[in-house]
Formats: sequence, C-alpha cells, structure tokens
Amino acid sequence: MNKVSSLRSAYAETLIELGKKHENLIVLDADLAMSTKTVLFKNTFPERFFDMGISEADMMGTAAGLASSGKIVFASTFALFASGRAWEQVRSAICYPKLSVKIVATHGGISVGPDGVSHQAAEDIAIMRAVPNIRIIVPSDATQTRFFIHEAYKTPGPFYIRLTRPALPVIYEDRYNFNPLSANKLKDGEDGAIIACGIMVFPSLKAAEKLQKEGIGIKVFDMSCIKPVDRKAVVEAAKTGHVVTCEDHSTIGGLGDAVGDVILSEHPCYISKVGLSDRFAESGSWNKLKEKYGLTEERIYKEMKNLLIKVRQKT
Amino acid sequence: MDNDELKETARLVRGDVIEMLARAGSGHPGGSLSAVEIIVTLYYKVMHHNPHNPHDDNRDRFILSKGHAAPTLYSILSRLGYFDRTHLWSLRKCGSLLQGHPYTFDTPGIDASTGSLGQGLSFANGCALSAKLDKRSYRIYCVIGDGETNEGQIWEAAMTSARYRLDNLCTVLDFNELQIDGRIQDIKNPLPFREKWEAFGWNVFEIDGHSFEELNQALEQAKEIKGRPSIIIAHTVKGKGVSFMEGKPEWHGTPPTREEADIALRELGFVDGVTL
Ligand SMILES: Cc1ncc(C[n+]2csc(CCOP(=O)(O)OP(=O)(O)O)c2C)c(N)n1
Ligand SMILES: [Mg+2]
Repeated sequence: MNKVSSLRSAYAETLIELGKKHENLIVLDADLAMSTKTVLFKNTFPERFFDMGISEADMMGTAAGLASSGKIVFASTFALFASGRAWEQVRSAICYPKLSVKIVATHGGISVGPDGVSHQAAEDIAIMRAVPNIRIIVPSDATQTRFFIHEAYKTPGPFYIRLTRPALPVIYEDRYNFNPLSANKLKDGEDGAIIACGIMVFPSLKAAEKLQKEGIGIKVFDMSCIKPVDRKAVVEAAKTGHVVTCEDHSTIGGLGDAVGDVILSEHPCYISKVGLSDRFAESGSWNKLKEKYGLTEERIYKEMKNLLIKVRQKT
Repeated sequence: MDNDELKETARLVRGDVIEMLARAGSGHPGGSLSAVEIIVTLYYKVMHHNPHNPHDDNRDRFILSKGHAAPTLYSILSRLGYFDRTHLWSLRKCGSLLQGHPYTFDTPGIDASTGSLGQGLSFANGCALSAKLDKRSYRIYCVIGDGETNEGQIWEAAMTSARYRLDNLCTVLDFNELQIDGRIQDIKNPLPFREKWEAFGWNVFEIDGHSFEELNQALEQAKEIKGRPSIIIAHTVKGKGVSFMEGKPEWHGTPPTREEADIALRELGFVDGVTL
C-alpha cells in the first residue's frame, strides 16, 4: 500500500521553502487559509500574506496588481470560487496581460464530498482551459505538487494548479524531477492507454494492473499538465487504438476533451471518457460518490474492456 | 407561540443541529447555532407559509444566503412538517434529501439554492421585484452572514434593493463577529454596518439576535416601513448555546465528535440525547 499524503500540506510547505529564499513571493487567500493551508505561510511570513476575506474577485484583481509590480503571487481558495466566481477577473486582469499569478485552487472535483454541489468544482478545468496564456496543472500526488509549485514560481505567467481535498497515495519518489510539460508514463503496454490526472491517476494504475493480469497491456499516462497538453504522449497513446481518459471533472471540456482534440487532429482512434457525465453530483463521502458517479478503478477497468470489445466488433 | 415555547423550540433545534452534525461527520456548527433564534422567529412567528403546500404562490419567501447554516433550517422545516424528521440523520450523506447546502429541487420548503456566499441577496431582490410586478403582498426574508458581506455582490444587491424601493424585503444580518479565518475586524473589516447600510438607502434596526422579543418587534416594524428595504443587524454569538463552541472560530466548520456532541447535548438539557 502506498503512503497517503496531503497535497495541500505539500503546497504550504513548499510556499514556506520558497518564501525563505524569495522576498518577492506574496500569498493571498479568501477566508479559507485553514482549508487551503496557506495559514502555514501566514504564520511564517505574516507581512507577505494577505487575507482578502470572502472576496474572490477582489483577490484576483489584487493579485494582478501585485504581479504587475514585480511580485510573484500565489492566490488560493476553493477551486469553484477561484475559477467560477472570479473567472472574468482571471481572464482579463491576469491571463490577458500574462501576469505571474499562480492560482492554487484546492478542493477540486466532486471529491470535495459532503459540502455538495455548491462547493464541488467539476467544470473548472473546462472554463480555465478556454482562456489563453494560462498553464493548467492537476498534480496526482504530494511529490508532484511540490515540483509544480517550484515550477510555477520559476516560470513567468499565470498558472492554475488544482489540488484535492483528500490526501492521495504517493506515486512518485521524493527526488522526483521531470519535464513539467511531459506526461509521465507510469506503465507500458501495447493494447490500450489510459490517460488520467489528479486523484484518478492511482485508480487508473490499479485498473491497468488488473488488466495486465488478464494479459491485456495498457499504458498509463499521468497527464498532470493539461494545458498545454503533451501531444506526443497523446499520439503515443492513440497508436494503441484505444484510449480511456479519466478525471474527477465533467467529461465536457476537461482532460478528456484536451486529449480528444489531439487525437482527432493527429491520430484518430477510439476514445472513451471517464468523468462526471454532464450532471451535478451531490453531498456524500468521496467513497460513496465515486461509486455512484463512476470514478472508480472498477469503472476504468470496465470502460477499457468495453472499448476493446467495441473496437474489435467494428473492425 | 409564546416566549417560553419559542425558547423551548430553539433548544430543541439546537439539539437537532448538534445531533445532525455529529452524525454527518462534517458541517458548520458555529453559524448554525448563532442563527437559531432568527430563523425560529421567522418560521414560528412572522412568516406566512404552509408546510402542506410548500409551493403556495402567496407564501413568504426565505433565502438562507449563508447556506452553511442549513442544519438549523432543516431542523425547523422538519419540526413544522415539511418532511420527516428521520431525514435529519442522513444530512450530507449520499442519496440524502438534505444536501450540505440548501437545494430547492430536492428539499421541500427550500426557496433558494445557496452555499456559495454573497449571492442570496440578489436572489431575494429578484423575488421581491417579482412580487411587486405581480402586485402580491408576500414578503421576502433573507439571512446573510457578517463575513459574507465581504463579497462585493452583497453591496451590488444592496443598491438594487434600495433603487427599486423593495420594502417587501427584509434582510437579517447574523452579526456573530467571526468568519473562518478569525474576527471580521481582523480580516476585511466590513464595519461599521449601521452607517454602511444606511448610506446604501436601507432602513436599519439593530438588536440582540438571541432575543425573541427584539427579533419579533423589529420584524413586525419592518413590515410598516414603506419605500425602503429593511435590514436587522442582529448581534449574535457564534456557537450560541454550547459553552465550548461560543465565540470560537475553530467551531466554524468542524463537527462535534460523538463525545463532544454528548457533552453539548447534556448542556442543552438533553440528558438522554435527542429524540430521533
Ligand atoms: C463564495 C464563497 N467563498 C467561500 C466560501 C467558504 N465559506 C463558507 S462559510 C465561510 C465564512 C462565512 O462567514 P460568515 O458569513 O460570517 O458566516 P457565519 O459566521 O455566520 O458562519 C466561508 C468563507 C463559500 N461558501 N462561498
Ligand atoms: Mg460570522
């Protein structure tokens, strides 16, 4: 069993590490510092932390102003409010002028659980993807979170980094260092490919291992960088003829569509999307919700098998 | 209902809230408990509504803009007969009638889906404008949080209410002095409230939000105010009724454990727990 580790804690620890080295790093939050964990930065560097209160739009505008004056700004709140509530401020004030605002949006997806639909961001990747100039990152574990927070600090321009509420199994070694723009191939195989992000990477890996036991070889890609998407990896996946994408997000506009766009234009093949299928979820524990809304290892396994059968019947 | 009966109702509602949150294992005790007297007064004394006909066109409307206080509203709705009490114990669970934040579609008696802060007053304005257009006499009640007034949309809505002279709208501000990250003065400092709302064209009452007499009096007087919306700035205590929760920001969004819930329930006078 893999060790489980909090992405949000990894984020806050990395902020403090960076804050010690870089005077120009500023952190903003919107009355959720305890939940996003930026409170740890606040306790270490109170003078470089601003709690904007319950004012997400105001926070994004302020972040833009700070960034325009040479600061590197990390702005955090829940994913639904960071993307949805402040979308136009992010688009026009941050992304259009390419300002260095790093939006670290916690509580992404329906894995938020019991708070319910008002707090579950299942459309955030879709609406952020539509905006030019922003990099979209969905880390799959704490190690990757640390890596991308460093990366976001170093790389000029806007970022949207989406973290989960639940702690996730650790997939990568501590010294993890890789190309931030490339997908990570976690498993190889010739019969099909699963492309996943965030909380769905680990179950994807498990589903592929199960298929392997039946002699079906499946590649698994961790597509942590959704924009720009790693086109080479997608083409490699498409060459198997069967691609299943998997995300804790709507099947409209997210990872599945980012992958689908590449497949359509560069290497057409069958693709099946696992995600929330054009509906709202509800309150409940993540364990119950993932069963009900089809975000399990079992579901990925079945989706791949069905796809293999469907393609065999058609050809 | 007389004062003693109202007090007893408030006690029972607090018991329900504690039991619901302990069973749900998540949710918001502090802001649910501070709003008990406000919502009890509205539903038991002031509002015209019919539990047997939740969609009655002429009912007064209730918008819980600070949607995280849903447990208080759910307890009251069940006690009034909108739905069976057994639903309270499935709060926040998969398949439940009772979502973590109010949802109109599933839950009888809920007039507005809320949970994303700052939006309820605009919705209330829409209801109030519609009543005016239709020449109907029902009134609209909206409860907002003090931290919630950080949202610019509250002030956008406040201008709309005054511009359209929405005297059929009465807002209650649950002034419990805390939001999540601390005291409201230390975060964005939305004070002074009275002067701000007056400057925005509202008629302002300022009262003790745990006093049924004062709540009832202000809500009744607000009905007589013409040409302006009214707001009742209700001074409350976050976590009211449970000594170890009172005035403590930590209890904003942390549910009590079973043991903590039992201590709270004993304090509220439920020696053998709440009747399920
Ligand atoms: C738009 C939005 N941002 C953030 C939150 C998360 N949140 C839930 S309750 C809360 C604090 C509310 O404070 P206040 O309005 O004072 O409520 P009360 O003290 O009555 O509980 C926050 C920030 C939210 N629900 N909606
Ligand atoms: Mg408050």
